[in-house]
Amino acid sequence: MSSRARILQRLRDRTDGALVPPESDFSVMTGRGWGVQERLERFERLISSVHAEVIHTRQASWTETLAEVLTAKAVRRLALGHEHPVPAEARAALHEHEVDLVDANRDIEAWQREQFETVDAGLTSTGGAIAETGSLWLWPTPDEPRLTSLVPPLHIAVLDAETIEDTFFDVVEAHEWSQGMPTNALLISGPSKTADIEQTLAYGVHGPRELVVLIRHREEST
Amino acid sequence: MSVQTYTPREFHRQAHDALGNPQIRANFRKAMDGLMSKRRDVFSDWDLDALRELGANIRQRALARLPELLEQLEANCQANGIRVHWAQDGDEACRIIRELCEARDAKSVIKGKSMVSEEMHLNTHLEGAGIEALESDLGEYLVQLNEQTPSHIIMPAIHLNTDEISEIMHDKTGTERTRDVDYMTAAARAQLRERFMAADVGISGVNFAVAETGTLCLVENEGNGRMTTTVPPVHIAVTGIEKVVEHLRDVPPLYALLTRSATGQHVTTYFNMISGPRKPDEHDGPEEVHLVLVDNGRSSIYQDDELLDTLRCIRCGACMNHCPVYTRVGGHTYGTTYPGPIGKILMPHMMGLAETRDLPSASSLCGACGEVCPVKIPIPDLLVRLRKESVGEGRGNVPGAGVKRHRSEVLAWKGFQWLATHPGVWRSAMAIAGKLRGWMPTRLGGWTDYRSTPKPAKTSLHALVKRHRREEGSS
Ligand code: SF4
Repeated sequence: MSSRARILQRLRDRTDGALVPPESDFSVMTGRGWGVQERLERFERLISSVHAEVIHTRQASWTETLAEVLTAKAVRRLALGHEHPVPAEARAALHEHEVDLVDANRDIEAWQREQFETVDAGLTSTGGAIAETGSLWLWPTPDEPRLTSLVPPLHIAVLDAETIEDTFFDVVEAHEWSQGMPTNALLISGPSKTADIEQTLAYGVHGPRELVVLIRHREEST
Repeated sequence: MSVQTYTPREFHRQAHDALGNPQIRANFRKAMDGLMSKRRDVFSDWDLDALRELGANIRQRALARLPELLEQLEANCQANGIRVHWAQDGDEACRIIRELCEARDAKSVIKGKSMVSEEMHLNTHLEGAGIEALESDLGEYLVQLNEQTPSHIIMPAIHLNTDEISEIMHDKTGTERTRDVDYMTAAARAQLRERFMAADVGISGVNFAVAETGTLCLVENEGNGRMTTTVPPVHIAVTGIEKVVEHLRDVPPLYALLTRSATGQHVTTYFNMISGPRKPDEHDGPEEVHLVLVDNGRSSIYQDDELLDTLRCIRCGACMNHCPVYTRVGGHTYGTTYPGPIGKILMPHMMGLAETRDLPSASSLCGACGEVCPVKIPIPDLLVRLRKESVGEGRGNVPGAGVKRHRSEVLAWKGFQWLATHPGVWRSAMAIAGKLRGWMPTRLGGWTDYRSTPKPAKTSLHALVKRHRREEGSS
């Protein structure tokens, strides 16, 4: 008998008999009832508390803000995709800017060392965000691969204000994640960090040292 | 720094040594105090009872359906392109992983944090086969450099302070001696980035495995877990069979409980959900993903309704953070992969009660662990149950049951029981004890190691009350 069969048989032939699965009440995970402004404030407060930098901008002029960030952070080489509107608009706008645009949508084998050693920042879109914990959620794609948000020392994430939802549970339910998951889905809440040296917080251990969240607002009101 | 090996058999000696080591005591006291207050703050705006109830309920539901869910997990993982392997014990799991490495001609393995791999001593096994396994979680990396094992399941290097870590890094990697944590972190980052690029295989643990979608969830702050599972061409995830949950919606409550209970964080930096290897049109991620499901004693725990609760554990470490014993003796003293309260209720099943005889009784049963456990495991009750098992008064469902049963002890308790249920004899016995009080021996085994010898009172309380009543009545 295989190990698999043995393990399953032991579980099925349980000495104390079959167990009855209880019902679950998920109400504590949802129904926060926050308004748009409250969600935004909460998201910003929480993600800033773990060292992310939040910058507000307008839908119409976000690429100007991006250019300012790149200049301020002295980014010389920026990795980004091509097709998603976020990298596509960024490419169109940055083409006068002195930053080198590095294609993120290449097989990693071809440029691993280049990515690890010469790229200053990675730009990605986001699927949305979670107010309760100050988290971004990302579903990397062939156009915006997994490592773009991980390897470069600076990650710039573009978030639309209206895509912030209350809780992680609400996101999983509203977007029906259970109907089909991508190869990799991520929640990102701040730059990478560790407290393994005597509980002293240090940022930028294996992943990015800095996370900049560009929040795009539709209205002029920002 | 001297390298010492620890074993649960030597618990008392190791505890004695740790208690006499002011450095160890200070390091743990400081860390545990911080963790306790952070946890308290982060739960302040939650209905914690409702959340813990839900957490316990989700884990219980998963266990109730365990065999079906494991099959469903396997089917969905396979449909996603993840290959699933089953191991009855740690040795079999080690062999499976070694063979997967050998099939790729792997010489270098990079590891994300995995307590199951510690449980089966995977690194030693791989090294024996000429495969280098390097830990990439900063704490684990430091512990490995220092040739030690983790002293805490969440914060592996919690027993070391900044100066000690600086010394270790200086010694083993040639960095400057410093108290600058950013410098040391940056140095480790640079050292490990090279290793991520060069690694043939990445090995990680799993926090939750979702049956419904065939998804492996990993919780972390550092990014080493994402590196380990994305950069090398092969990713092997290894986990205990109890880590499965039924639905994706079961994940947010458990994740909320885990981060808050473990380190008092609202959320960790990364929550990494993996549902397959790289697809043909994708540009990064491993070509192969494997899941190794390890039993290693879990299916035995599963048999018994009371012991089953042990398997709800989500490995948050809150029970050790709040344990007065753990805080004083530190993690290594236990001599087991999992220290603290969870170790005391889990390790006897993995190593047997003969090996771990002192663990269930190394507790004052203060109840703190049970109170903070996010999935409401009644740890103190389980400790009592294991004590019963070890003296042969349980159901005999734990390996080594009855190992602490001594005829003299059984007789002594029987005698006491008889005495205590016969009031006349009891009173005469007490009167005699009062008369002989000067003859009490000064040493009474373990009792007098830390306490003075008890002396029977000249007159028993019973007699005093009687006399008092008489005097009151006559006045
Ligand atoms: S027993 Fe409870 S408190 Fe301890 S590690 Fe497991 S889940 Fe956390």
